[in-house]
Amino acid sequence: MATSHDTASDHSHDHDHTPGFFTRWFCSTNHKDIGTLYIIFSILAGIIGGAFSGMMRMELADPGMQFLADGNGQTWNVWITAHGLIMVFFVVMPGLIGGFGNWFVPLMIGAPDMAFPRLNNVSFWLLVPAFLLLAASAFVGPGAGTGWTVYPPLSAKLGHPGMSVDMAIFALHLAGASSILGAANFITTIFNMRAPGMTLHKMPLFVWAMLITSFLLVLAVPVLGGAITMLLTDRNFGTAFFNPEGGGDPILYQHLFWFFGHPEVYIMILPAFGIISHIVSTFSKKPVFGYLGMAYAMVSIGFVGFVVWAHHMYTTGISVDTRAYFTAATLIIAVPTGIKIFSWIATMWGGSLRFPTPMLFALGFIFLFTVGGVTGVVLANAGMDIALHDTYYVVAHFHYVLSLGAVFALFAAFYYWIGKISGRQYPEWAGKFHFWTTFIGVNLLFFPQHFLGLAGMPRRYPDYPGDVPPPELEGLFVNPVAKIEWISQQAVGYGLWNYISSLGALIALASSVFFVLLALYTVIWGRRVGDNYWNVQPNTMTLEWTLSSPPPFHQFEIQPTVK
Amino acid sequence: MADNIEFGTTGKPHPYHLVRPSIWPMAISFAAGLLAVGTVLFMHDVKWEGIHFGVKGTVIGFLAVLTFMFLWWKDVIFETIHEKVHNPITETGLRYGMALFIASEVMFFVAFFWAFFDVSLMADAANQIMRLDYTKGVWPPPQFTPIPPFDLPFLMTMILLLSGCTVTWAHHAVLKNDQRGLEEGLRYSIILGVLFTAFQIYEYQHAGYAFKGGAFSSTFYMATGFHGFHVFVGTVFLFVCWLRAKKGHFTADRHFGFEAAAWYWHFVDVVWLFLFVAIYWWGGTIGIGDVDAARQLHGIEPVPLGGH
Repeated sequence: MATSHDTASDHSHDHDHTPGFFTRWFCSTNHKDIGTLYIIFSILAGIIGGAFSGMMRMELADPGMQFLADGNGQTWNVWITAHGLIMVFFVVMPGLIGGFGNWFVPLMIGAPDMAFPRLNNVSFWLLVPAFLLLAASAFVGPGAGTGWTVYPPLSAKLGHPGMSVDMAIFALHLAGASSILGAANFITTIFNMRAPGMTLHKMPLFVWAMLITSFLLVLAVPVLGGAITMLLTDRNFGTAFFNPEGGGDPILYQHLFWFFGHPEVYIMILPAFGIISHIVSTFSKKPVFGYLGMAYAMVSIGFVGFVVWAHHMYTTGISVDTRAYFTAATLIIAVPTGIKIFSWIATMWGGSLRFPTPMLFALGFIFLFTVGGVTGVVLANAGMDIALHDTYYVVAHFHYVLSLGAVFALFAAFYYWIGKISGRQYPEWAGKFHFWTTFIGVNLLFFPQHFLGLAGMPRRYPDYPGDVPPPELEGLFVNPVAKIEWISQQAVGYGLWNYISSLGALIALASSVFFVLLALYTVIWGRRVGDNYWNVQPNTMTLEWTLSSPPPFHQFEIQPTVK
Repeated sequence: MADNIEFGTTGKPHPYHLVRPSIWPMAISFAAGLLAVGTVLFMHDVKWEGIHFGVKGTVIGFLAVLTFMFLWWKDVIFETIHEKVHNPITETGLRYGMALFIASEVMFFVAFFWAFFDVSLMADAANQIMRLDYTKGVWPPPQFTPIPPFDLPFLMTMILLLSGCTVTWAHHAVLKNDQRGLEEGLRYSIILGVLFTAFQIYEYQHAGYAFKGGAFSSTFYMATGFHGFHVFVGTVFLFVCWLRAKKGHFTADRHFGFEAAAWYWHFVDVVWLFLFVAIYWWGGTIGIGDVDAARQLHGIEPVPLGGH
């Protein structure tokens, strides 16, 4: 078995000259630097997107209005819209795909860079004006309060006459162009630049995940582009695509949006699947159980993901036959997803297990993603969904799969690879502290939302029925035991679980602040590490561990092979 | 990952083309941002001190995007022609890239066709009460006179199909290193492309309805207009290839720039065939229900063709 040192022979190659600051970070054609830019962007956007959720949970900590005082809820709608769009398009996608995808796809396939390095850079930089447009839209007039789905007629001139929604639409155009170009880049890189001998069936699972994700992006994002373009002309040029007065159909927008939107949720979770496979395998010291099954499970999730979109639309009046079809098709996705979950467990079974922070986040992912998957099976049923649609049950469901799934995978990837990226390792105690506070915080935050949803609390409202606590018990920063005791004595209302949920948010936010400090500490003062600092075994080896930490500016100048 | 994998080394340098750092990606991103901001200000007619910043932002942003595209692709051409750093692997990469770009464009059109079929196939949907008011339960809606498909649109179909032939002519010529044939084939393709665009402008001027005439005209103009924009881009693409052909950039074994333009042109052609069959032919003459009966029943006199 060949290991690290054979293929790492290019360390001291003298082509490894790094350009100056401006050229390096603003004109980059280097996949690792662009990946780093994406990761920094994702963390900064995550702080802003997280701040919105913090404000929401502060507002919802008690019944009645706390500090949101505009009276009609528009500001609230702007918050939820900003939170959703930022988290989806500017945190999870740039982090998983742009950040870790950029960094590790070329490394894992033995390539020196991406296929189109300039295109790679334009994919990153398009996100900057996109994010600025979206952020600015919140400050122009009353903001865009449409939800991340931007449904008309709320998003039409009727609901939002100002400039904000047009700005949000263009932000999505730019972010969409970024995604499509990036996806074409990944597919070309993976098909065209694998090391000799690395057949598709020998490709690491993260690369498989990125390949499938990229196909979903190329095929799904343009449909969103078409939909929001029609929305734009409906708003500004008097067309009637979604306007019933001219024969149009608002439900058409929902079809187009979810034809994009459902693949989009797989776009966010498939790279996470890839990352988790690597981490579980490394820390079990065993190859992934059922490698081919794992790869083709992702392929089938990708395929079936395109034909289940109307399960987001059960309450729009679509026919009972349509609902029966979409229920059945949606439930089928549980099969390949089950293959993945069971294969991860089987990988660990009998393995030589270690539990450093990335493994803890991976286990957290498997556990919490399964919880979200199970509630997904519940919601897939059209009959159940009629009752639960637009309640907090749905909010809990998609936060379990995304916030506790995709974001856990982001953290897992960060801890797993930060040593490779920066050459410095995080302090293990701090990683474990971050994991446990996050784990407790987010579960306290989102688990009670199942109860709220089952009890009928609708989403997207800044207020709910319940008894307003006495002044000494108002807000989050009070004695929680006394407050819970007081709420429990009240007869009615959603106060108890909302308060507990907000407490969880407080813990999760504090934990996130800790993470940012930890990340800064790691890249500046962290302990230096060697090539293969996780002691990845030959039977689970991927090519990134054969390189130095951090890898040279251009790796694999001498091409590796795979047998 | 998978079992039984061993890593070794070829002992040889990698065969890929790594590009130098470039400022164009960042520049074009901010130009696109300016274009977006300008368009928003333009659509909302924002004035400051009596100056319309929207129009200026839109125009400057658009010109900046075009300029940076030009400079970027100039670099690419320089690398392939003068530096000769594009090897067959680089070219395979470009093929993948172009094919995927076209695939994403196809999905863009899917959205517009979806909108068209939503309103036309379900013109008589009983639960769409306001739509029934507009369509009277038939397609095309009785208040419109659709453009007769086997009139100008059929001629345009023939023009595009012919231009597909002339591009293939140019392709065969370049494969035989026939410089004259390449330039001539490209020249005819460009002329046919311009002719198509001219006929489309003529058609738009003589259609009896505007963009804002409800879902019938919205879907018509959006689908054909988006296609028309692609014809324009394809024509420019072919024009650039013609200029490059005259400089002798294309040889029998190295001419992917031309081939990409040809792929794009065939894609535009195929989209038009779908537009012609679905929107002009089926949507204009067959459709849903008895249009004449609906006109009589509701006493509707359709707006004739010939300008508005």
